[in-house]
Amino acid sequence: MAVLEVNNLSKRFGTSEVLKEVSFTLSQGEILAVIGSSGSGKTTLLRCLNFLESIESGSIKVHDRVLFDSNDQVKYDENDIRQRRLHFGLIFQSFNLFPQYTALENVTLAPILALKKNSDSSTYRSKLSEDIRAEGIALLERMGLETKQDSYPHQLSGGQQQRVAIARALALKPDILCFDEPTSALDPELTGEVLKVIRSLADGNTTMIIVTHEMQFAKEIADNIMFLDEGMVVEYGNADEILSNSKNERIMKFLDRYESTGDY
Amino acid sequence: MSFIEVTLRLLTGFKQTLLIFALTLLFSLPLGLVIAFGSMSKFAPLRILVKVIVWIVRGVPLMLQIFVVYYVPGFILGQPLASRFNSVILAFSINYACYLSEIYRGGIESISLSQYEAGQVLGMTKTQIFFKIILLQVIKRILAPISNEVITLVKDTALARVIMVVEILKVAENFATKALIWPLFYTGVFYLLFVGVLTLLFGYCERKLGYFRA
Repeated sequence: MAVLEVNNLSKRFGTSEVLKEVSFTLSQGEILAVIGSSGSGKTTLLRCLNFLESIESGSIKVHDRVLFDSNDQVKYDENDIRQRRLHFGLIFQSFNLFPQYTALENVTLAPILALKKNSDSSTYRSKLSEDIRAEGIALLERMGLETKQDSYPHQLSGGQQQRVAIARALALKPDILCFDEPTSALDPELTGEVLKVIRSLADGNTTMIIVTHEMQFAKEIADNIMFLDEGMVVEYGNADEILSNSKNERIMKFLDRYESTGDY
Repeated sequence: MSFIEVTLRLLTGFKQTLLIFALTLLFSLPLGLVIAFGSMSKFAPLRILVKVIVWIVRGVPLMLQIFVVYYVPGFILGQPLASRFNSVILAFSINYACYLSEIYRGGIESISLSQYEAGQVLGMTKTQIFFKIILLQVIKRILAPISNEVITLVKDTALARVIMVVEILKVAENFATKALIWPLFYTGVFYLLFVGVLTLLFGYCERKLGYFRA
């Protein structure tokens, strides 16, 4: 059964079409790498899935439940959108940690706030928030940050900050984890530690969409690859086939550019 | 009149100065936030209304505003709406709220949109995002300009005497009309000491918020 089903998703900014009828499906544990030059709509696709952008037309289903369908003329209120967002986790290019909270507080803030909103009994609540804390510590350990849980974002390197951001997204147990160029803001020597963490998530059966420029990494980790060009899916399919044997002119040109600049 | 006697009399006036100061802050700090939200509203009529009010309040001397609040209701209703003291508090609170609102607005708009988005994708409500993520970062950024306003307020309290609210400068003026001039200059010491305390307090707050960078 498909975890995520996206059908004919289109998005316009003013008169320019940023996404044109993008469709794909993800099964449990599948990893999709989205590649393409800047301005091809990769980031917009992730933002649409996370309801940070409005969608012109198309539909999004998670576990067969319709999250969005432009054919239903329903207006979702803020609360609806909030609930729908929780199916997705988003890791930003620039981390976007909350500067006034420690690494652990960054991870536990949202779950604890959700808890306060949803439960009445305060003794039960304090027990649960203890659990959330314990889970947050475990997540940071998984990220290799057990010694950094009380550090503030400005005391952490970019790679460490991004790993906290990954833990923060995981704390809400999303069905699909989205990465928006997770290593683009990092020095080359910090890229490895973040990719290692993503790799470990891949082994743990996490369903992921990764927008990336790390072609070698995409090849190694992704099950499927989607190549976007001017908002259109030019090629979508098995990662090895596309990266090794694609006959499509645009994708060959794109890959050539990466190889010639050595920008792996 | 002895130095001690003058000091004691000035102190009673200074108590009134402090009261005006404290009440004005108490009302204008939150009211300023409400006005700031109004001036950022997506609903154009509200935004324009708020901007016009801020323009008028910032465009007219505070002294004139005190006169308006105290005397104008009297002209219309035949009696003043509020006592002298309350009129001063009302005029000061509105005036300072308008100045503060612009500082708040600048601070709020300086926070990167990505902080809101990070909260949104974590399923937080708008209220949670503002109070749990944005507000403290805003406070850290606006502390210095707020300290300017607060210090200006200390000295603006002297305007209350234009409708006969007897604060420290009015007490000193009363001495001066009886040919005792030096208490007038002596009031400067009170203001300086108080502003000194406030400066230390703001320095303390800035250090307290120095644990993070935003």
